[in-house]
Amino acid sequence: MTVNEGEVVCLIGASGSGKSTLLRCLNRLEESTAGEIIVDGYKISDKKIDINKVRQNIGMVFQQFNLFAHMSVLKNIMFAPVELKIMTKTQAQEKAMQLLERVGLADKAHSYPHELSGGQKQRVAIARALAMNPDIMLFDEPTSALDPEMVGEVLQVMKELAAEGMTMVVVTHEMGFAREVADRVLFIHEGVICEEGTPEQIFSNPQQERTKDFLSKVL
Amino acid sequence: MDFALVFREAWPMILQGLKVTLIISLLSIAIGMVIGLISCLMGLSKFKVFNAISAVYVWLIRGTPMIVQAFIVYYGIPIIVQQFNPSFVISEFLAGTITLSLNAGAYLSEIFRSGIQAVDKGQIEASRSLGIGSAKTMMKVVLPQAFKITIPSIVNQFIITIKDTSILSVISLAELCNQAKQYSASTYRFFEIYIIVGLCYLAIISALMVLSKFVEKKISYDRKK
Repeated sequence: MTVNEGEVVCLIGASGSGKSTLLRCLNRLEESTAGEIIVDGYKISDKKIDINKVRQNIGMVFQQFNLFAHMSVLKNIMFAPVELKIMTKTQAQEKAMQLLERVGLADKAHSYPHELSGGQKQRVAIARALAMNPDIMLFDEPTSALDPEMVGEVLQVMKELAAEGMTMVVVTHEMGFAREVADRVLFIHEGVICEEGTPEQIFSNPQQERTKDFLSKVL
Repeated sequence: MDFALVFREAWPMILQGLKVTLIISLLSIAIGMVIGLISCLMGLSKFKVFNAISAVYVWLIRGTPMIVQAFIVYYGIPIIVQQFNPSFVISEFLAGTITLSLNAGAYLSEIFRSGIQAVDKGQIEASRSLGIGSAKTMMKVVLPQAFKITIPSIVNQFIITIKDTSILSVISLAELCNQAKQYSASTYRFFEIYIIVGLCYLAIISALMVLSKFVEKKISYDRKK
């Protein structure tokens, strides 16, 4: 598979089909056993590359948010740019406030993660990933752990990102989001890309039996 | 029974003992924390040699009584070293500090390990996905959270270490218990002196408990104040 710059690719498929594994291979949180992964010209699957360097350009958002529990919202966002000496503390704080403004949580800068709702946590997590100015953003089921009424606010932020031209790979169960935002949808079945195409093709005119079967259950 | 008399008579000795007990406790806790952290990180390292060193260390210390360890350090090791350097001697204080530090280190190593393993793996993944290296992730993300989880166990170990100083009376370290033994041997006033000494330990440990509650409150980030 290839993801072009500025493209939004959604991975859909049943639980355990390998969507998340595929996504996690893209920044080597999961080791690939075979094949090649190239991001931004860096060969991720090559053991010799400086993976930390590459990861700085790949933002990731997790299903379980994984905000640093012992840091305030502001510190969470400032952490990577400051630790990696990409920005000074002042610059990082300015950037963090801009990002919080953007995800609508500027008033929560000094709160701790446990004081936020799931939707707020996930928006902070997106801001944290954006603080590194990544070239590509990976989303691993970003709304699956959320209460239904909070899904919308997170998807809204993601839609805005997509509209701004961010390259995104999204593992999702939100078919509405995939249909509306994705440039391309990949249906994964038992670890293999079973079918791929525009949302129109996949959702309205699926070719494979497996895709039809899956969509009949979720739509 | 005459507490006032015993107190008057024994006070200089008790004060001396208290000083030794406090100094050796603090020193051993500090050194034990460092040893414990190193041993713990070695145990979690991907290098098998480090794993083995840490495992053997913890096994030996936990598997033998401290009184045996104290005898080996104070009486045993000098005999070996004197084969090469006849003028070698080891002070009770040094032997005591070594024994107590090694002892505290082994237990703290296990406490730290349990704390580190209790930190959600997602925290590590989040840090690594931002491009932070594994050492920095450990220092800035995992250890602060592990430390918080384990404060009650760490304080518990501090208390045990303070009380374990009394075992070092067997190598004639002039700590609190040894002073009481000296005093009672000549005066037969066992009851009064040991009650006084007991109260001394109680005071030290109570102070530590108050301090730990304060620290716990100070660094809590996920409990409503």
